[in-house]
Amino acid sequence: MMQSNDEILSATAIVKRFPGAIALDHVNFSLRRGEVHALLGENGAGKSTLIKCMTGAYRRDEGSLRLDGVEIDPRDPLDAQSLGIGTVYQEVNLLGNLSVAENLFLGRQPRRFGLVNTREMNRQARALLANYGMDINVSRSLDSYSVAVQQVVAIARAVDLSGKVLILDEPTASLDAQEVEMLFRIVRGLKAKGLGVVFITHFLEQVYALSDRITVLRNGQFIGTRETASLPRKDLVTMMLGHELADAEKELRAHQPDSGNVRFEFNGYGKAGKIKPFDLSVRKGEVVGIAGLLGSGRTETAQLLFGVDKPDSGTATVAGKTVSLNSPRAAINEGFGFCPEDRKIEGIIGDLSIRENIALALQARRGWARPLSRSEQIALADRYIKALDIRTTDREKPIKLLSGGNQQKAILARWLATNPQFLILDEPTRGIDVGAHAEIIRLIEDLCAQGMSLLVISSELEELVAYSSRILVLRDREHVAELTGGAITTQNIVNAIAASGSEKAVQ
Amino acid sequence: MNQKYLPLIATILIFIVSYAMCALQYPNMLSTRVIGNLLTDNAFLGIAAVGMTFVILSGGIDLSIGSVIAFTGIFLAVMLETTSIHPLLAFVLALLITTAFGAIMGAIIHYLEMPAFIVTLAGMFLARGMAFVLSIDSIPVRHEFYGTLKSFYYKLPGGGRITLIGGLMLLVFAVGIIIAQRTRFGTNVYALGGGPQTAALMGVPVARTTILIYALSGFLAGLSGIVYSLYTSAGYSLATVGVELDAIAAVVIGGTLLTGGAGFVGGTLIGVLIQGLIQTYITFDGSLSSWWTKILIGALLFAFILMQKGILFVSRRGRSYA
Amino acid sequence: MIESAQRLAWRLAPQLIALIIILILCRLVFPGFYSIEFQNGRLYGSLIDVLNRGAPVALLAVGMTVVIATKGIDLSVGAVMAICGAVAASSSVRGDPLVLTLILTLGVGLICGVWNGFLVSVLNIQPIVATLVLMVAGRGIAQLITEGAILTFNDPGLIFIGSGSFIALPMPVVTWLLFGIAVAVLLRLTALGLLIEAVGINRRASTLSGIRTPVLLMAAYMLSGLCAAIAGIIVAADIKGADANNAGLWLELDAILAVVVGGTSLLGGRFSIIASLIGAMIIQAINTGILLSGFPPEFNLIIKAAIIVIILVIQSPKVQGVMTFLTVKSARKRDVEQTAQ
Repeated sequence: MMQSNDEILSATAIVKRFPGAIALDHVNFSLRRGEVHALLGENGAGKSTLIKCMTGAYRRDEGSLRLDGVEIDPRDPLDAQSLGIGTVYQEVNLLGNLSVAENLFLGRQPRRFGLVNTREMNRQARALLANYGMDINVSRSLDSYSVAVQQVVAIARAVDLSGKVLILDEPTASLDAQEVEMLFRIVRGLKAKGLGVVFITHFLEQVYALSDRITVLRNGQFIGTRETASLPRKDLVTMMLGHELADAEKELRAHQPDSGNVRFEFNGYGKAGKIKPFDLSVRKGEVVGIAGLLGSGRTETAQLLFGVDKPDSGTATVAGKTVSLNSPRAAINEGFGFCPEDRKIEGIIGDLSIRENIALALQARRGWARPLSRSEQIALADRYIKALDIRTTDREKPIKLLSGGNQQKAILARWLATNPQFLILDEPTRGIDVGAHAEIIRLIEDLCAQGMSLLVISSELEELVAYSSRILVLRDREHVAELTGGAITTQNIVNAIAASGSEKAVQ
Repeated sequence: MNQKYLPLIATILIFIVSYAMCALQYPNMLSTRVIGNLLTDNAFLGIAAVGMTFVILSGGIDLSIGSVIAFTGIFLAVMLETTSIHPLLAFVLALLITTAFGAIMGAIIHYLEMPAFIVTLAGMFLARGMAFVLSIDSIPVRHEFYGTLKSFYYKLPGGGRITLIGGLMLLVFAVGIIIAQRTRFGTNVYALGGGPQTAALMGVPVARTTILIYALSGFLAGLSGIVYSLYTSAGYSLATVGVELDAIAAVVIGGTLLTGGAGFVGGTLIGVLIQGLIQTYITFDGSLSSWWTKILIGALLFAFILMQKGILFVSRRGRSYA
Repeated sequence: MIESAQRLAWRLAPQLIALIIILILCRLVFPGFYSIEFQNGRLYGSLIDVLNRGAPVALLAVGMTVVIATKGIDLSVGAVMAICGAVAASSSVRGDPLVLTLILTLGVGLICGVWNGFLVSVLNIQPIVATLVLMVAGRGIAQLITEGAILTFNDPGLIFIGSGSFIALPMPVVTWLLFGIAVAVLLRLTALGLLIEAVGINRRASTLSGIRTPVLLMAAYMLSGLCAAIAGIIVAADIKGADANNAGLWLELDAILAVVVGGTSLLGGRFSIIASLIGAMIIQAINTGILLSGFPPEFNLIIKAAIIVIILVIQSPKVQGVMTFLTVKSARKRDVEQTAQ
């Protein structure tokens, strides 16, 4: 075991509660000097909450945080920065309208006679970036450079300001292979200088290419910390997705693939930069599951099918007729419904009542001139509040006051009210409590039994296995495998996700 | 070439080309007399527009400046008529009041998280109301000190004059450019316009900067009021109605993004001069009607808004392939 | 029915209380404020005057409410009033029949709305920036139409719209009451009201629910243009001429104020046209009250500013945040108690 003085940052038994949920439940994390430590987990696992507790964006409720062995309690990110913890976010948190040099020295520009000495500032900025092997015109505005350059500038600023710990929150999400390689060179250089680097990503190849150790969180729980070199990829995926690899639990599903006719068919459907062309067919009364890690193209697939993004290749066929799905409205007219992953931004209309939120999609489809009367809306809302067991004191309450699970059910109700033929659910059970979880799964099974076609995206593999008659596996924005019948096991999904493996490292 | 200079270059080109066209038709327009008048006649607008530039660069807006100019004018006239204080002291008092007025608006915008549009709209009503309360009549200023101030000018070859107020405007622009480009406060203003949350995360003192920005705008509106008072030798509470609109137009035509974060104080000077040029041309022509000024300025506004939308679009696409 | 009447009363209570307080204050400073006389087939009196003088702002407030509900703003309405007044006057002077004059004028108002709506919904320009263009250029266009003069006309039909009376009420009063109520009823009887609110609160989620957001935004700005056209006709008809310089000057600000006083948030969402109309009357009652009180009219603007500040502070996100926090807390508490049972 390493000696404790090698440890630069250690978080012990961190607890963070949000109203109605525990986001972090006694999570441990320790970072050594000169190591790259990957922090992994699916959305909602608690990665970003842990980061925020370490950078002072959130105040932790319990637990201790030590930097260089000294107990710290950063008030805010600026405070954490001055203590030595710098953070670089996925969406570069710098100001694109300022020059590169200004971004590097904002608030501490060199001055002469009270005025900013631009020449000196630019000279220092060039010198600073030269350490990172970068020679660019620092007086140009930051947004005239690629995201990769912006990332490097952000790292240079963070390291220059803090210098002990660098947290990289999905820095590679929008970079190409060469840019990733450049970034990795820089990170390895910082590691050699003795910095501790926390690296968050959802690209497993990159985890294996760069990190020394891995810590996995799931549902706010600490799952474990391992040496990267001795952790097989499959074990890692299992840690992240929470499956125990015991296939005995698999039960026979009631809904075997329906031999009935295909109702929805997509051929060569794709959009450049979002998702590679894929084929998909969905039968009546069938649940097709989509599995894949975050960023694998799951949500992109859903958005393409629902017309949020326009496809640039392929055809869509509904009941044998070729259709064009160029807008959500067009998709809705073909009997589609879509419960998005980000409920708050894409789902609920926060200030409207539960009743109005439930009636909205049906109303939009009927057009403004044929309003649902108030009593019809009430009947509709009451029916679904009862059917889906939406827990609320009053159907007239603004929906933003409901808990996540109940909001999810209300959005589901919004689509059920339109009597859809094809319902796309993107992470329907994310961020909701266990009780509501089970109810939504039961609901999916009921709907399917009634003859509705469903496409369900989920990172809960047991769930997918339980209700899907087919599962598509996505990786790197590509549909890579399709599992049917007896092949549907969590083990096979994990294998398919992890398959890319060693033969296809960092390209 | 650096993309951020594009709107500024477009403005300067438009100004040069239109001035050349005017001069071709009326060679007299090249005379230093016309140029001197252009500066003198637009001095109050220019000074106020510098303040507006800072406000807009930070992503805000200040609708109160026209009223504040009128208030300053009537305040000076009443003070000089009813008391025996020296005009210089009255100037200082006026500037103190208008600066504090701006600072309070800035504080309300920041601390109560209210839209600048509505807060400064209330400020506009309040300042105009205070002007009315001081007097609803036009009050002439007869203090001999005003005569003294007006007698200062720099004679240009060819009979033109850079008057004290015209020169003051140029000085204010010079100082404004230095503040915007060469001080930490200036960078902070741009940072706020780029995104207040990000700016706060990067350590910009958001509260102090916001209050300072509106205080600066208030100060310059007060200074503009003093200049207007010198220019007209009178105070009238109904004067300078709608100057805020002219100032906003000058800022946008000067190449500053109305949503904040990009632009130059120097561009605003060109924006003011373009407006002045249109008016001068119409005066020279004699047969053209004054309303063409408004229509032309509206069209220019539209052109600049479209151009900036286009630049944004092109740079986004360009970057995604970069 | 009773339930919805109750809800309406609850929604309008703050505005009604404010209006009543101001009317009482008016009565205190001017004893004859409530007296109404019947002469020459129409009613006269200060209260009627408030209704009559408030007509342009009330009309503008109708369109402005809808635009603000979509999270927008329309700065151009004052200028559009001037344009439409000029169009009406020049058409009348040309000798066009009244119907043609009205169609032309309302059509021009709608076109102005289409322009704004195009910039906002198709080019995706911020509403405050988009409508600034017409605000600046509009008055120039109006002067272009009137050729800089105050264009007077004497078509009795057109003049009737500004100064005639119908069932004992001045025409402008009848117009804004009927129009305002008609729009309010239309929006609530159809689904438009709900769809507009949804777009104003969350444009992306609304589009994902199948709402045609661009069409709705365009319609909102067109309604605002139409309202400005009607207000422009009334103002022109009242003075029997089109004054391109002063018609509707700064009325966009009064209209926005009326909407804000009416309790519709500038951040979009829930709206009430009736409340905005009451807001317009509050503003006009203050104006008229100060005028009649013998109180110097100079204080008018200061009082107006004070009212905005008070209302704004109450509506400010900070203050609202504290209030929501309290409501959420109590709601959560109730939920927890229920689940516990």
